[in-house]
Amino acid sequence: MIARLKAPPTAPLVRDSALVWLASGVVGVSFGAIAVAGGLPVWVPVVMSLVVYAGSAQFSAVGVLLAGGGPVAAAATGLLLNTRTAAFSLAVADIIGSGRLARFLGAHLVTDETVAFALAQPDPARRRAAFWISGLGLFAVWNLGVLAGALAGGALGDTGTYGLDAAFPAVLVALVLPALREDPAVRRSALLGAGLALAVTPAAPAGVPVLVALAGLAVFGRDHGRRTA
Amino acid sequence: MSATVAMMLALAVGTYAFRLVGPVLHGRVQLPARVQELLSAGAVVLLVALLATGALTEGGGFAGWARPAGVLVAGVLAWRRAPFPVVVLGAAGVTAVLRAAGVA
Repeated sequence: MIARLKAPPTAPLVRDSALVWLASGVVGVSFGAIAVAGGLPVWVPVVMSLVVYAGSAQFSAVGVLLAGGGPVAAAATGLLLNTRTAAFSLAVADIIGSGRLARFLGAHLVTDETVAFALAQPDPARRRAAFWISGLGLFAVWNLGVLAGALAGGALGDTGTYGLDAAFPAVLVALVLPALREDPAVRRSALLGAGLALAVTPAAPAGVPVLVALAGLAVFGRDHGRRTA
Repeated sequence: MSATVAMMLALAVGTYAFRLVGPVLHGRVQLPARVQELLSAGAVVLLVALLATGALTEGGGFAGWARPAGVLVAGVLAWRRAPFPVVVLGAAGVTAVLRAAGVA
């Protein structure tokens, strides 16, 4: 019913995003609950989720704080984890759009899941729609989840029981597999990078292993011809 | 509590600055096609590293067998072009069932 030439069909994008929203919402609930159960006032996880909006960095920062590591170490750990968003923001810069509002709003929505979801789409129009649908929905659901969890406190059980910790790597598997399947250069870079990241994980601070993975681009190759424009 | 506020502000401002790198540079700096290509590949490399460390490790150590088993099932389902919800719910389901059966 929508003009298909101008706007891509949104229903499949919403359907696939909804799963990521659901899983993120539950993780958000657990973040709020953990922070409050650890002794932080309700507004800390709630405000943090709105202004930082990065799940892994928030968990790490609160974890450091609750473990007595101090605010400087907490901020440093979170920032280190989030350096990757600079690379992601470069990768999706043309997807976000060029308007001033779009750029400043879109930048805040750059997360692992939304970037992966946007890049997995086959054409520019769908990539843009996917970025905004996934990004805005995720922002809403994440923050509502954190608020609910902070208010509920420790009433929620261990989310590991539901296997939710496997859902996020699985989301990424589903989203990157097409790129890995069709492009040998990307595939060998990604495999080398993942191997390097895993190798340094036991010794390196949180956030560093994933950055080390970028060294995998060394085998990307110079004579790489790209099929898709 | 003011130290906590300062921590949140530093984390928020720093994170937003990282996220602005792309949108701010876009349109001002004309990146060569080669760099664009490397950026797209770099994003995939980062995502695969995230999924590998996320699937296998927890706090610097091994995450246990239940989670990687679930993610492996997701990989097989995705390879066989199963729909996205099947892939994600399949992973969570396998991990949850393994945990219920006593596999860490």
